[in-house]
Amino acid sequence: MSGVYWMEAKMELRKMARLKRYSLSVVGFPLMFYIFYGVVMAPSMSHGAIPVSQYLLATYGAFSVMGATLFAFGAGMAAERGLGWLEVKRASPMPAGAYLAAKMAVSLTFGAMVVTALFAIAAMFGGVRMPAGSWLLLWTALVAGAVPFGAIGMVIGSFAGPNSAPGTVNMIYLPMAFLGGLWFPIDIMPKAIRQIAPLLPSYHFGQIALAIVGVPAHGSLPLHLEALAGFGLVFAGVAWVAQSRDHERMYG
Amino acid sequence: MPVAELCGVTKRYGEVQALRGVDLSIVRGELLALLGPNGAGKTTAVRILLGLSEPTAGEARVFGQHPASQEAKVRRGALLQVAKVPETLKVREHIELFSSYYRKPLPVAETIAAAGLGGIENRLFGDLSGGQRQRVLFALAICGNPDLLFLDEPTVGLDVESRRTLWAHIRAFVKRGGSVLLTTHYLEEADALAHRVAVIDRGRIAAEGTPAEIKAQTGTSGLEDAFLAIMHENRDAAAEVLL
Repeated sequence: MSGVYWMEAKMELRKMARLKRYSLSVVGFPLMFYIFYGVVMAPSMSHGAIPVSQYLLATYGAFSVMGATLFAFGAGMAAERGLGWLEVKRASPMPAGAYLAAKMAVSLTFGAMVVTALFAIAAMFGGVRMPAGSWLLLWTALVAGAVPFGAIGMVIGSFAGPNSAPGTVNMIYLPMAFLGGLWFPIDIMPKAIRQIAPLLPSYHFGQIALAIVGVPAHGSLPLHLEALAGFGLVFAGVAWVAQSRDHERMYG
Repeated sequence: MPVAELCGVTKRYGEVQALRGVDLSIVRGELLALLGPNGAGKTTAVRILLGLSEPTAGEARVFGQHPASQEAKVRRGALLQVAKVPETLKVREHIELFSSYYRKPLPVAETIAAAGLGGIENRLFGDLSGGQRQRVLFALAICGNPDLLFLDEPTVGLDVESRRTLWAHIRAFVKRGGSVLLTTHYLEEADALAHRVAVIDRGRIAAEGTPAEIKAQTGTSGLEDAFLAIMHENRDAAAEVLL
């Protein structure tokens, strides 16, 4: 059976890597943002004791992993479910787990690629200096963020229309990133946004990454971890219910 | 024992009765065509036999098993109506992936030959013509070396040449000993391929037999006339019941 999982993941990776609107945008946009705000603009800004390039490495890292994951699951599943391909797979002997594991493999791979590229830019051009342990921990925490956001992507993939899904993902992904303090530090945001932020998984993900790079955290780290795990579980549950409901649609 | 059967299957979607007590069985080595107009219940019958949908009443079995069971799945293949297939995988990659789902798949080269895909196996799916795309879906249906094939309107929208090519591959599958349930609204297709035809209309089996029997039954020379006669008769009968 492990052969099937491996094959499914390999083909899903090839499929998504060749799909330029996925591979170019999930890698390109976070890098562009980071180069602009974290490298070019950074010397003119400061954020407490931490260099801006280091602060934004944590939050844009979180932003990249969210994007790679939400598009792989949300847009990918919505199209395959809505246009009949998932039915073909479900009629075949493919183990259901292989389908989701392959989407997770794509999210982890692309997440890891963007985070690694961000790290290289941060170290070479952003002047970010951290102990080796912090780099490693940050990399791991960011890439692992694909797991809870995969669950959120599954819910989007279960409800979004096949053709409108990429737009739907953007309408959730971009505001969630902005309001969760991933584009600009949460402290410089208006009070109203600072009050909404704790309701968003993106905020907790960002706070975990910031705690690793040495930014004094809002709230406690265990609380952020629990919140993110909670979001992951709730969305996984919703996706589960949505999938079983989806089976009975009308056909001629 | 039939390789697949529906016993008194009813399927209701809310107010709509898609199937009303359908009995249908496919025996080993035969090609059964399920013939009917759009909306007659053909796809619903196939979906139930593939385990994608549960009957409201009655029972469906494939090789004596529940249609959604793994034992049933590994012994059958399916070509379904699908609006979009992932376009950034190559023909060969699609086949390799589906082959990996089965215990004893055909060698990939053999599947490529049996579906007439030689020479285009390294093209991306998105670069193929309509006829080539249907042949890839046919390849995915047969790559697991199944005993039973479900083909849901496999030649819809194809030009004559592509349709004839696919027919040849379907015939070759039957010749190797496979059984097939084919749904179609092309009478010519049922006439050309089927050992037996079941005519379905508004969720009921209206007639069943060899193409010749069906023609004889209605005193018509072509299957098309027979089909129209059955549809007409069936509507009259339904009208009587309603009155």
